[in-house]
Amino acid sequence: MALKDFFRPEAIRREVLSAGHVVPDSARCVQCGICSYNCPIGIDVRRHVWRGEAIKHSECLTCGECVARCPRGVLRFARTDLFVGRAK
Amino acid sequence: MRYVIIGTGVAGIAAVEAIRSLDTSGEVFLIGDDPHAFYSRPGLAYYLSGEVPEKQLFPYSKHDYHHLNLHYVRERVVSISPEQSNVTLASGQRLSYDRLLLATGSQAAPLRVPGTDLEGVVKLDHLEDARRIVKLARRTREAVVIGGGITALELVEGLLARKVHVHYFLRGDRYWRNVLDEEESRIVLHRLHEDGVTLHFHTEAAEILGKRGRVVGVRTKDGRVVKCQMVAFAVGIRPRIQLAQEAGLNVDRGILVDETLQTSAPGVYAAGDVAQVFDPLTGHAVLDSLWTPAREQGYVAGLNMAGKRAAYLKATPFNVTRLAGLTTTIIGTVGRGRDEDIAGIARGDSETWRELPEAIVAQSGFDVNRLRLLVGEERLLGAVVMGDQKLSLPLQKIIAGGVDITPIRPKLLARGVSLAEVVADFWEQVRGQFYAA
Repeated sequence: MALKDFFRPEAIRREVLSAGHVVPDSARCVQCGICSYNCPIGIDVRRHVWRGEAIKHSECLTCGECVARCPRGVLRFARTDLFVGRAK
Repeated sequence: MRYVIIGTGVAGIAAVEAIRSLDTSGEVFLIGDDPHAFYSRPGLAYYLSGEVPEKQLFPYSKHDYHHLNLHYVRERVVSISPEQSNVTLASGQRLSYDRLLLATGSQAAPLRVPGTDLEGVVKLDHLEDARRIVKLARRTREAVVIGGGITALELVEGLLARKVHVHYFLRGDRYWRNVLDEEESRIVLHRLHEDGVTLHFHTEAAEILGKRGRVVGVRTKDGRVVKCQMVAFAVGIRPRIQLAQEAGLNVDRGILVDETLQTSAPGVYAAGDVAQVFDPLTGHAVLDSLWTPAREQGYVAGLNMAGKRAAYLKATPFNVTRLAGLTTTIIGTVGRGRDEDIAGIARGDSETWRELPEAIVAQSGFDVNRLRLLVGEERLLGAVVMGDQKLSLPLQKIIAGGVDITPIRPKLLARGVSLAEVVADFWEQVRGQFYAA
């Protein structure tokens, strides 16, 4: 990821639509459930975060609702190949 | 093998998950007196503010509990006996164990003024407390909030969201003075003022006034009376160490544990808010009241209980929270001293944050976006990121990873430099250490 992209989440999001996922930093998560609550198609995002997994869900639209709503900055867009899982 | 876990918070649940990853046949008893078992305690703030409904606070479904194959006992434990390896429940029933975990958490420190038994005096320990606040807020026009730290502001903001006028009492003229610096504190208080909160500086409650058993106001030590129908307090927390203390375990402010999270009694472990853990950063045992360390400690304790030796290495404490609507990340050591509004530790708090050694402060930004870095000789020791959170994750990694900052240290300390740009450039160079290319 280039430095300019670091400050342009929208650019990342467009890339991610075809080449990546929403990924969590589980250490920031307190399982409040705001992400799952706001997912328009009902993916249990929180569950993925608890397990330290990327939101690899066939129906995920990468719409960004969970990324934007999380009050603790747990979620972000990333190309899949950049992600190193932190499985518990 | 029989495992008994006291406490249904995240430390207890993580311990069960760890045990079950190693031992699928042993008996697991999960005992707790919270009627709602496992839920997101930090999520209560978002429930109060109306961002999530109550039912959303439960990460575990019935199926999850079933999957862990545990016996859930909703009861209070009245004593433990390490000599006889058993625990006694409030019903009088005794339960023997091979391995015991104390994950009893912490509870609000009491507000020591007359009148706390009146209806309308609330705290924010449990879901039951949050429910009470939501219910009371419907017929509350004005509330007084007393205390400091994250919980006090969660109460302020939750009440604001419920259209309650809030009077916030501060003993001094600063908010969270041993974690935030003067400017950060000023930003938070200014925003509270803008949101319509009446700030009462240098104010201490002398007595809560009541009529027919209900709160009608607070009399201050300087003789004023502030009318209100609710008093919400958050003056710190106390680890629930009573069971351990009465059983003769080594305790200090919390239950003292070794690196495997075992207490002074063989086979008895402690994790979460109640555990006082050795901190390599400061060289002594400290308390945290944070979700992630509690989960990690619970998990490590569980592994050890099930026979796999694992060491808990206390990580750099950090928390992301909202202070007066402003997202704020606190990482590492950022302050020192004591805060007159909190006795000891509060929820969402770490004693390590206040262990600031000699460091040079670099800061930039104003209004809503602010960045403060505690610059050590070779490493960053801490950071407070307020507002724009783009650098929150990079700084968390840089500080926790102990990354050598020698190449950028002069830049960080130069006058008039944009710290954000220096850190962003540096992150670009070092991020490969954390993420595969």
